[in-house]
Amino acid sequence: MRSAMFALLTAASPALAAQDEFTVYGPDYFASEWGPGPAIEEGFETICGCDLKFVTGDVLPRLLLEGERTEADVVIGLNSDVTKRARESGLFAPHGQDLSGLTLPIDWTDEVFLPFNWSQTAFVYDRTELENPPTSFQELLDAPDDLKIVIQDPRSSISGLALLLWVKEVFGDESEAAWRKLKPKVLTVTPGWSESYGLFTDGEADMVLSYTTSPAYHIGAENDTSKQAAIFPEGHYFMVELAAQLAGTDQPELARQFMGYVLSEDFQGMIAEANWSYPSKLERDLLPAYFAALPRAQLTHFLDETEAEALREPALDEWLRVFAQ
Amino acid sequence: MASRLRAIDPAGTLAAAALTALVLGTLAAVAIQAGGPGGLGPWDWRAVWFTLWQAVVSATLSAVLAIPVARALARRRFAGRAVLVTLLGAPFILPVIVAIMGLVSVFGRSGIVNEALAALGLPALSIYGWQGVILAHVFFNLPLAVRMILHGWQAIPAERFRLARSLGFAPADIGRHLERPMLREILPGAWLAVFLVCLTSFAVALALGGGPRATTVELAIYQAFRFDFDMGKAATLGLIQVGLCLLALILSARVAIPAAFGSGMDRAADLRGPPGWRRGADGIAIGLAALFLLLPMLSVILQGAPRLHDLPVSVWQAALRSVIMALISAAATLVLGLALALSIARGHRWVEAAGMLPLVASPLVLGTGLYLMLRGIASPTELALPVTVAINAAMALPFALRILIPAARSLRADYGRLADSLAMHGTARLRLLTLPRLARPLGFAGGLSAALAMGDLGVITLFADSENATLPLKLYQLMNSYRMADAAACAVLLMAISFALFWIFDRGGRAHAAI
Repeated sequence: MRSAMFALLTAASPALAAQDEFTVYGPDYFASEWGPGPAIEEGFETICGCDLKFVTGDVLPRLLLEGERTEADVVIGLNSDVTKRARESGLFAPHGQDLSGLTLPIDWTDEVFLPFNWSQTAFVYDRTELENPPTSFQELLDAPDDLKIVIQDPRSSISGLALLLWVKEVFGDESEAAWRKLKPKVLTVTPGWSESYGLFTDGEADMVLSYTTSPAYHIGAENDTSKQAAIFPEGHYFMVELAAQLAGTDQPELARQFMGYVLSEDFQGMIAEANWSYPSKLERDLLPAYFAALPRAQLTHFLDETEAEALREPALDEWLRVFAQ
Repeated sequence: MASRLRAIDPAGTLAAAALTALVLGTLAAVAIQAGGPGGLGPWDWRAVWFTLWQAVVSATLSAVLAIPVARALARRRFAGRAVLVTLLGAPFILPVIVAIMGLVSVFGRSGIVNEALAALGLPALSIYGWQGVILAHVFFNLPLAVRMILHGWQAIPAERFRLARSLGFAPADIGRHLERPMLREILPGAWLAVFLVCLTSFAVALALGGGPRATTVELAIYQAFRFDFDMGKAATLGLIQVGLCLLALILSARVAIPAAFGSGMDRAADLRGPPGWRRGADGIAIGLAALFLLLPMLSVILQGAPRLHDLPVSVWQAALRSVIMALISAAATLVLGLALALSIARGHRWVEAAGMLPLVASPLVLGTGLYLMLRGIASPTELALPVTVAINAAMALPFALRILIPAARSLRADYGRLADSLAMHGTARLRLLTLPRLARPLGFAGGLSAALAMGDLGVITLFADSENATLPLKLYQLMNSYRMADAAACAVLLMAISFALFWIFDRGGRAHAAI
């Protein structure tokens, strides 16, 4: 309580009010020293003359709770699976940016949610441990059951939900049969991505549901080239992270400036190694060489928010039916 | 006059009312925000049943397995016994994520156990699935049950055993007249504590559960909150947890019967264990428990220790912050716990129910409710640290109470009338009677609270302050940035600090205990 009162007192003092405070909501991992937050803060503060403050947590649930009273000026780190609910809240304003130069594998014309980095779901393995990885999704389904994979729960994890939609896209009406073939290979279903990835690096599983860009971390930060993403000819599911400005912000100019900063070369140039995914607006030759050389999917699957929302319930029911047996 | 004063008992009543307001108030705030409690689907009911089932199995296994271990520890003397008793308590205070790392490295696919089985040509065991959930719960809670039952054994006055020996009691007679009455009093409480811990288990069931067959209520709450944004459903599920807690509390209160040993002269317990095959059996019980509980922790240390010196300075800062918060939180738990335990010893049963409530409060509902209640007062980021301290203090309280209540009851039964007849009240009674007599359980409870607060992630979903991150939050941030090796080192640090806090409090309590 005392610290709250202290904060109220200091907030009212003129010394700190000289610089405008600009509030950015982001997920937990984002603002840590190992995420892209500090670089974004530094980069934007040099051009805006403001004091950027990250507030972390579950971004959308928190915004929905706060409604019009939110202190947030912009949010960063939303995923495409929540844009429908976010849009329906009416809390967001158009970003006003020119989307023509985006380097996404799909067309993006959303006027509210601005992509800043993307990747695709993929099964990652260690080539020194798994010598004959499946070369297609079908081969993964047909692999012997002692090939063990870890996946994430679609009810608590965004990558888990993406897998649900990926299977639906690749196998269509046969998706339930596909899950039945996959199930004996699933070692465990974890609540989030980090637990899965930890089990994989501990050698518990042969493959882990992660991203096509995951090997970049091991190459770039650890100089370890053994981790690879299995690229499937059936295609991979598109994952994108988004920024948006609040309609009720008291600093619309700064918010607009931030949206522009997100697509600037400064921001886009650092995001690959800060968030280990592809920047949304950066030509491939501007990426670090090892990053540009990562194998990419030939085919990209993506469901827009209306399709994805319509598919979520039945696909989840199907998954539960198979995995709860 | 004195008895009427006691009947009002302002401190205990106030503490109990505050707890009830915290747990039920936040639940109500969430339900009001949602416009009333929401309905449940078939998957939610499955989650309720699985939660109940695994909690009953885990609690029963933990309590039953704890009896031979506690008895062996109570009646055998050997070098390093005191250290072993303390070490065996460690899994309970391990942060969940650290414990999972350890269990996987021992029982996982490429763990020690399966490698040994493979070398012997035996089929592999799988830790993943419901058996993993129960294994993890027994790993966490066997130490709690052992400690509670061991306290029970130690609380039988040494004079009763001397009398038994002079009467020529065989082990079976000691069992009938001393041990079984003690277990009848202690065991329901121990079972209840483990049951309630398992009822709200979230991370454990999730990482090792293997999938939707092992969904718990707490996960269902998380989903309702995070993905469906259905706060009505979250409130309903939270209410079910509270209902189950009250039901378990009533059941265990009906089963437990006070042993009524009366007070002793505080002679050092002299439990000469029976010779013969029972000596070997006790050795095996202690050995197996030590292997099961210590191996996973050893494995965590071996994995993480080499990188400990590479941890960035921000991790050490977070560690310091967490220690300070844990100390404040433990102090709050002890003050509240003592007030409640003394009040419960005077026979206020509803106070006991209130004291157990935080155990089944869903951290997510608690966090959301507090957020809704406090958002008009200050910004959630400013409140992040105080709210975390307050919630950790409340969450540790049920464990502190389980330790303090039996001690407070026997204090009252054995010394209450004497103190009353001497008109010893207020601070004098606290200083001369209560604190010295309860120093040992207070130290144990304080250590437990500090260690639990140290390892808790808090309610970060809404009250997060990434600039003032706690050590567990740093651990999660490392894991989420691919830095699994650094996370393992961070886990060792977290484990070491939690254990050190526990050890210091526990030691302090024993040193200040009345002779």
